[in-house]
Amino acid sequence: MDVEILSRIQFAFTISFHYIYPPLSIGLGLLLVVFEGLYLKTGNKEYEQLTRFWIKIFALTFGIGVATGIVMEFEFGTNWATYSRYVGDVFGSALAAEGIFAFALESGFLGILLFGWNRVTPLVHFLSTIGVFLGSMFSAVWIVVANSWMQTPAGFHIVGEGMTARAEIIDFWAMVFNPSSVDRILHVWIGAFLAGAFLVLSVHAWYLLKNRHVEISKKAVRISLVVATIFSLSQLLTGHRSAEIVAEHQPAKLAAMEGHFDSLAAADMYLLGWVNKEDQKVTGISVPGGLSFLTHFDFKAPVKGLEAFPEDERPGAVNAVFQFYHIMISIGMLLIGLTLFGCWQWYRGRLFDQKWLLWAFVFSVLLPQIANQAGWFAAEMGRQPWVVYGLLKTSDALSKAVQAEQVLFSLIMFAIVYILLFALFIYLLNKKIKHGPDGGKMVDHRPRQEDMSKLISNQKND
Amino acid sequence: MATFLGIDYPTLWFLVVGAVFSGYAILDGFDLGAGALHLFFKKDESRRIALNAVGPVWDGNEVWLVIGGGTLFAGFPVLYATLFSAMYIPFMLFLLFIILRAISIEFRSKEPMRWWRRGWDFIYSFSSILLAFLLGVVLGNVLLGFPLDEQYEFIGSGWQFLNPYALLTGLTTLALMTMHGGIYLCLKTEGRLFDKVERLLKRAIIAFVILFALVSIYTLIYIPHLSDDFRSNPVLFVIPALALLSIANIPRLVNKQRFKAAFIFSALTISFSLVLAAIELYPTLLFATNDLQNSIDVYNAAASEKSLGIMLVFVVIGVPLVLAYTYIVYRTFWGKVKMDETSY
Repeated sequence: MDVEILSRIQFAFTISFHYIYPPLSIGLGLLLVVFEGLYLKTGNKEYEQLTRFWIKIFALTFGIGVATGIVMEFEFGTNWATYSRYVGDVFGSALAAEGIFAFALESGFLGILLFGWNRVTPLVHFLSTIGVFLGSMFSAVWIVVANSWMQTPAGFHIVGEGMTARAEIIDFWAMVFNPSSVDRILHVWIGAFLAGAFLVLSVHAWYLLKNRHVEISKKAVRISLVVATIFSLSQLLTGHRSAEIVAEHQPAKLAAMEGHFDSLAAADMYLLGWVNKEDQKVTGISVPGGLSFLTHFDFKAPVKGLEAFPEDERPGAVNAVFQFYHIMISIGMLLIGLTLFGCWQWYRGRLFDQKWLLWAFVFSVLLPQIANQAGWFAAEMGRQPWVVYGLLKTSDALSKAVQAEQVLFSLIMFAIVYILLFALFIYLLNKKIKHGPDGGKMVDHRPRQEDMSKLISNQKND
Repeated sequence: MATFLGIDYPTLWFLVVGAVFSGYAILDGFDLGAGALHLFFKKDESRRIALNAVGPVWDGNEVWLVIGGGTLFAGFPVLYATLFSAMYIPFMLFLLFIILRAISIEFRSKEPMRWWRRGWDFIYSFSSILLAFLLGVVLGNVLLGFPLDEQYEFIGSGWQFLNPYALLTGLTTLALMTMHGGIYLCLKTEGRLFDKVERLLKRAIIAFVILFALVSIYTLIYIPHLSDDFRSNPVLFVIPALALLSIANIPRLVNKQRFKAAFIFSALTISFSLVLAAIELYPTLLFATNDLQNSIDVYNAAASEKSLGIMLVFVVIGVPLVLAYTYIVYRTFWGKVKMDETSY
């Protein structure tokens, strides 16, 4: 295998793995702010129990997110040196802003969130929780800005030619608010809220099924169901907006998402299907003219198809883009159905009576995760062969100094470490969930620690 | 060319990147150093205390690496691209140990089994040692320079990073950080554990002084391009003199049990060493060993003036914020380690 394919596999693998964690941190962050806020407002110890339990899970996801995130920043330089030279002036400033304005905030206050429970006043602790949550939201902003610039570049000009060509920034705010960034930020945020809300929903539904921690779990299920319902519905809007922007700025991606080839024909919208690239046909269930209607409000209007683009400017893996896109949408619809049904049962006072519904909640935790991953795969594979849309091709963006064997070595290294890491994560997550919130000891907020080091210094040896 | 306080933007940005990496070396330096000493503590409680001494802050310390990477990428994309792709293997190993270290801190105390804790302790300490060492190896290679072509692309071999000078700077960095971490642990521990740390610290100081002398001699004799600036401008000798002064202060203050002051001087030692490296390099960032014409310097590596100007605004707004968070967190956990039910 050559350097290009190995580097692409490595980047895809490391970023997909990384992307399990930050959405959970953002989503759990939101729930932590709600739980702790309710605790401060009502003084109800049950909310404190919830807060403290979910902080422990949060710590687990956050730590892995940080460690795997540093990998991403380094990989631009190690594997994509030509890309880094080409876009450093523009893309680099977004990454620098993320470090200075967002990451410092979240990681700084994380220490107080995790270990400061007995050291600071409840209000300061709550403010730290908010700081961590906001920091993680801001991180997402800058990272999505950087990525959106690669999808819909703006606010720059090209200096130099050939080997020395570079993108240079001319308008910072035009770069930040490039055509796709706002909608994609909202889409990513909400995807993250859903990941967090469904994790809480899943764990507490499981407790209810096992008849454990019943009272706090009922509270947690209701709260997370409200959050999940609100954001499942609003994701429909941001998703639609994102699709409109793809239609306007990345027509080749849109065509790949629906497997549309013929530029003169109206485009269908598929519920599910299979793309045969050779025959340029999609087999499946469709709304005839659906895509035409969505983009032009006219079922008969022709939509630019893949045929309209030169062979070397079309996404290669059309069927994969199609499938990922449809998996995301199907899951989105499923989540809306599930949460609305849950709310209806709640309204009828039967939310906790149906075992099958609680089991559905337990397994639903996987759905937002799969949708988040699938959405990104559709977005990134649909952008191919470009790494910066219309400007720089992925195959031209590599490090010239790096050999295939080196990338193979690091890819194997990451594969081994990440598989180990994932196994440990699941093991410890499962353990913490089985252990559950600490119910018995309601520890007071005031400083009251055992001085372990004194205790130990009185013992002999070492 | 736009200037600020009479300094042009690329030079100013060189100072910013240098300051951030210096901050990183001081902050992550002590927690890596504490990790390097970890296996010398034998009892589980001692190890827990040592781990919790860095527990609430190591994550915040690594932020400085992320910011450093970001400022380097944004300010000097050419250097970022060349350096990271030229040093592919050491950077990948660095990432491996960053991950292993983070998960060992996170997972170590989650299970009571002896083999579990011993295993993670080993991984934690081993990766702390190798991270400190690799940072020094990268610094040594940056000082030495690389063969580069006219597009500033690296044209050497992927294993070139393994050379005697870089290995020596690696060991020196490890000793420096171990000393620095030892002083930090002295501030954070009491009783028998404290006595143990203090004994280890004294050995680390000796190791560092010897290695620092060796690196200095090696640099002066074998790498003449690094001392050019000093020969042409003798005033600059004040920096190595200050470095030596601050190094000399460390054993003195440790003997007097004034660890806070000693910590400040070991932090200064780290800064002065990096300032020394910066003066040796500036205005070059990476010497082209095959043809000096191809060297990367602050001007040919820099992002556009517009971009540097925008990011200088980030720095002016952002750095006081970052320092404020750092201060608040350290103040909260000031003093000896107190363990409670939230500890690692």
